[in-house]
Amino acid sequence: MTAPSITTTSAKSPAVPTHFDVAAAVKDSAKAALITLGLSIPILAYRTDQSGADLFLTPRWGLVAIICAIVFGLRLVLHAFMATRSYRKAVPSPRQATEAVHAEPSAYQKASRFGIPFFLGIALTFPILIVLIQGGLNESRYWVDLGILILTYVMLGWGLNIVVGLAGLLDLGYVAFYAVGAYSYALLSTTFGLSFWICLPLAGILAAFWGMILGFPVLRLRGDYLAIVTLAFGEIVRLVLINWVDLTNGGAGISSIPRATFFGLPFTAGEGGFASTFGLEFNSMHRMIFLYYLILALALLTNFVTMRLRKLPVGRAWEALREDEIACRSLGINTTNTKLTAFAIGAMFGGFAGSFFAVRQGFVSPESFNFLESAIILAIVVMGGMGSQVGVAIAAIVLVGGPEVLRNLTFLQSIFGAGFDPNEYRLLLFGVGMVAMMVWRPRGLISEREPSVILKERKAISGSLVKEGHG
Amino acid sequence: MEIFVQQLINGLTLGSIYGLIAIGYTMVFGIIGMVNFAHGDVFMLSAFIALIFFLLLTTWLGISSVVLALFIVLIIAMVLTSLWGWTVERIAYRPLRGSFRLAPLISAIGVSIFLSNFVQVAQGARNKPTPPMIGDVIVLFQGASGYNVALSYKQVIIMVTTAVLLTIFWYIVQKTSLGRAQRACEQDRKMAALLGINVDRTISLTFVIGAALAAVAGTMYLLYYGVVSFSDGFVPGVKAFTAAVLGGIGSLPGAVLGGLIIGLIETFWSAYFSIEYKDVAAFSILAIVLIFMPSGILGRPEVEKV
Repeated sequence: MTAPSITTTSAKSPAVPTHFDVAAAVKDSAKAALITLGLSIPILAYRTDQSGADLFLTPRWGLVAIICAIVFGLRLVLHAFMATRSYRKAVPSPRQATEAVHAEPSAYQKASRFGIPFFLGIALTFPILIVLIQGGLNESRYWVDLGILILTYVMLGWGLNIVVGLAGLLDLGYVAFYAVGAYSYALLSTTFGLSFWICLPLAGILAAFWGMILGFPVLRLRGDYLAIVTLAFGEIVRLVLINWVDLTNGGAGISSIPRATFFGLPFTAGEGGFASTFGLEFNSMHRMIFLYYLILALALLTNFVTMRLRKLPVGRAWEALREDEIACRSLGINTTNTKLTAFAIGAMFGGFAGSFFAVRQGFVSPESFNFLESAIILAIVVMGGMGSQVGVAIAAIVLVGGPEVLRNLTFLQSIFGAGFDPNEYRLLLFGVGMVAMMVWRPRGLISEREPSVILKERKAISGSLVKEGHG
Repeated sequence: MEIFVQQLINGLTLGSIYGLIAIGYTMVFGIIGMVNFAHGDVFMLSAFIALIFFLLLTTWLGISSVVLALFIVLIIAMVLTSLWGWTVERIAYRPLRGSFRLAPLISAIGVSIFLSNFVQVAQGARNKPTPPMIGDVIVLFQGASGYNVALSYKQVIIMVTTAVLLTIFWYIVQKTSLGRAQRACEQDRKMAALLGINVDRTISLTFVIGAALAAVAGTMYLLYYGVVSFSDGFVPGVKAFTAAVLGGIGSLPGAVLGGLIIGLIETFWSAYFSIEYKDVAAFSILAIVLIFMPSGILGRPEVEKV
């Protein structure tokens, strides 16, 4: 943990580095570049290509040279940066407080007062804005679709946030509940012809039920072991979906799942459809915009329920459990029930999102629910700052929307060549991002958290003061 | 009977590969108490390194003896994979000592995603088949129904290499000062540091040894299956972790024993029950072992200090 931000001038200041040791920095950077060379010798320097049955190697030493040069340069810049920073730190600024200060609303709190309504307004009016900007319903299809995708991940992130962020239980198999929701809707609607509005709560209940079933055996486990067991459960669910061909149609998946209706009115061109009932000209985009508002409503419901739960005893018990399980137990909190409710409620929102996924795609297959999907949702929660609702939303927008935006920037293609597709590097960057986040900001983008209960006055609670996840 | 003996041979071969990977998990868990989630991907990476050097040696340098080529490939793969293991520890795990409990695991998941996608971007998403290496078999005995029980040279090479390397490894851990330092850090890191052991260096070396053994496993995997793809790290990684847990995490003989058991279970399950559900079986064993006997067969029960 880093030191608290309040420093005193009486502390002995370390020796002030007066100059930047260029020779040492260059030497160290050269070492880093040499290691990069060693790392990239086989994997980057030769590419295996297949012709017929044989593999042959294509050398790419130019690429290796470029990457080594980049590492050298970055390392040098890092050294220069660290030198100036340690210089600045060593000389205390006269403005720094010498005594403990009364907590004022921080920059984040000030910003969130205007920021949250602003973002909410954007989200609510997004389809209208896009239609106005793009100048027509059909032109805005891509953007509305992207909005739906991002909101699905926001919802999944908020759902997982209950388990990981609030209760502190690292769940690597969250995608299993997403799959349960999706398959519940797919099977119930294709077999029994139930409508989406009946299936949605059913899918949530079934997913919550599975959350309890999977949660029950792992109650005794903590930390790493819990994470690995949930990972195993997630994989078992996927493998069963692949292999139980009679029920799930195996790897081929279930197709032609009925579309969502506008509370009973189908989005079709004929009589009795949505368009003709409201006297509109038929357009397939009506369904998309309806889906957008549907997922927005579901996501906001997730957020609302979470925010309210945090104020209830069960929510406080979750957060207490995250901080210290043993203390929790000694204070008489029933940790079994607390963990199970976290699993079940998190799973329920996963189930809602899953059934939305099925109705949007009209097709489900086990490949949509692999471990990588769990890891992406976890990355969103982790990068957003575990437990912070706004952070999760921002992380989902950046991680899911970012690569899509990059793909549309044509100048990137002129730099990296016409075949450049940022999506190829998306997961690579996810991996780097997760590591970087843990190294530099282990508490995520938004590490500040509103205390859920306040005694008389607001006091400073900075992320670094709260030990998280111990125990 | 013939099928049983054949499956026993296959299971032991597979089990030695799992055992080699499992040692990496169990050593790291023993010394810093984290699940090195990226270990399976380090294993996959080493198989790629071995593949590329095998092609370089046979086609470009014209080494015709496959066994000699394999030996050189093994050494190179061990060295280069160790470098990867060291770098991963240095960049992704060392800065996190003293961070909150889940931080190293999340970081390891990040490394795992990075490594598999790095290989995918650098080498393409297709399966990479190796040129045929060693095809000869020794027919042990012929069954009544004409079913030959065969021991292939590949399997002999895999089992002998594993046995030799495990002996060397056992010697390092038990007899050298490095091994003593490692065991000391495992028992009490702070005390070891007070007694003048360089803890950071010892932990780095643990990762290096783990990666080197994973490289042996990677080379053997390539030799055995003759094909590798960027996504091949995940499932063997989880199975090897299962092996480590089953044997008792933190226990080195336990890791090898667990590896052999998991290899045998997998082959017998595929032969007698259903090949489709063999991964389900492995994952279920993992869950069952963690829930009901988290200290494994040879492990010490974990005592919680408050």
